[in-house]
Amino acid sequence: MKHLLSIDDLATDEIHQIFETAADMHDVQRREVKKLPALRGRTVVNMFFEDSTRTRSSFEIAGKWLSADVINVSAKGSSTSKGESLRDTVLTVCAMGVDGLVIRHPASGAALQVSEWVDAAVVNAGDGMHEHPTQALLDAYTLQRRLGSLEGRHVAIIGDLTHSRVFRSNIQCLTRLGARVTVVAPPTLMPSGVGAWSAAAGFETSYDIDEVLPEADAVMMLRVQRERMSGAFFPSAREYTVGYGLTRNRLALLKPDVPICHPGPMNRGLEIAADAADAAQSVVLEQVSSGLAIRMAVLYHLLAGETRGETA
Amino acid sequence: MPAPDDSPAGTSPDPPSERPDRTVLDARDISRALTRISHELLERNKGATDLVLLGLHTRGVPLARRIAEKITAVEGAPVAVGELDVTMYRDDLRSQPTRRAHKTALPSGGIDEKIVVLVDDVLFSGRTIRAALDALADLGRPSAVRLAVLVDRGHRELPIRADHVGKNLPSALAERVSVRLSEVDGVDEVSIS
Repeated sequence: MKHLLSIDDLATDEIHQIFETAADMHDVQRREVKKLPALRGRTVVNMFFEDSTRTRSSFEIAGKWLSADVINVSAKGSSTSKGESLRDTVLTVCAMGVDGLVIRHPASGAALQVSEWVDAAVVNAGDGMHEHPTQALLDAYTLQRRLGSLEGRHVAIIGDLTHSRVFRSNIQCLTRLGARVTVVAPPTLMPSGVGAWSAAAGFETSYDIDEVLPEADAVMMLRVQRERMSGAFFPSAREYTVGYGLTRNRLALLKPDVPICHPGPMNRGLEIAADAADAAQSVVLEQVSSGLAIRMAVLYHLLAGETRGETA
Repeated sequence: MPAPDDSPAGTSPDPPSERPDRTVLDARDISRALTRISHELLERNKGATDLVLLGLHTRGVPLARRIAEKITAVEGAPVAVGELDVTMYRDDLRSQPTRRAHKTALPSGGIDEKIVVLVDDVLFSGRTIRAALDALADLGRPSAVRLAVLVDRGHRELPIRADHVGKNLPSALAERVSVRLSEVDGVDEVSIS
């Protein structure tokens, strides 16, 4: 694996290898000296053309704990705001001798495009509405730690599917690991063409959250992405909550101890009530610490081995 | 992606080919060597207090456990055992396909102010031990670190020596020393080919 652009880039045993490495990395978080020398002398650039708290900071910490030199470039405050093209910005940064490029961009396919321009290993940290592979890995890893194995377990993914790259990566990752997935959304936020896609990829769709919740072994709530919405997808926030939010009443529908995930940032009171977000079975913060371990594992697998370049 | 877990000391079993190997230690020799090392450790340390045995992956781990059992049998009290993975600290990470990391597990008492005994199967270039010393420094501050190996085959590339050696095995660089242990390989044997 030279880049991580999509879950599709990974063989199933590579996913398991990343999980095993992540388990070792998890231990590092509890150490007094949170530092491993594996990526000494390597440089990783975080290029974020979209806002982010957890993804960017966890990639930054992951790189630093592996002893790589990490710098952050964001759209605001870089030459992008002066009108420089993505290609020029990327080539400029890579001309400084960068080994790894972590990129988030509002355009779907941006990471793939960038990987064709540069020699560095590219990690897709979210491209538009396309994919967010490290999020899917960390979600699956978190659930696997909670549930033991995902084989045959039923995961419900609920929320704004149309705009969700997290959902697109998760579908691939979870089904690959043997989970049964049901996706739930209001008709307006169900991606077009989902019928043929779900048949091909092997997941189920539903418009009725109350029917799905009692059967689920894990629940993944997705954020309503207002910044990507150009039109009205639902009449009001209140109506969304009533129809598709994980409210206190719906919490009671779940089997006991069913883990509740949310990739963050949460719209409390919209797609997830505070009672659910702060419930004992909520794994939201566990997802954050798993995310760090997964990103360390991904950077390790991409950057620690043989000097790259010739095979590019 | 990660290569099979071969250590540069050349300790993993070769693929099945015609190999004129010579068995240097059989199961009983290995057991006797470990018994002697256990007694040496106890004698030098004047007992098992503050002793922590850390096995280096892969075959140092079962060796450390065996030594711990022998010490327990003599002293009557359990001795702390752990495992140490040095993958992230190797100096040859760059020149190889990505290696798989293993688990590092320290005993609950930690290693601060303890006498840590690193246990490995073969001492060769000394580079694994160098990596292990760096790894230890990130995990705590032992009051002393000692090294016990089943086989010392020479050819050091660093100023490192073992405190306790099961067998000194002068070897040519081109030769291959293979340690097989029942926990990993189903049989106890040291051979040279």
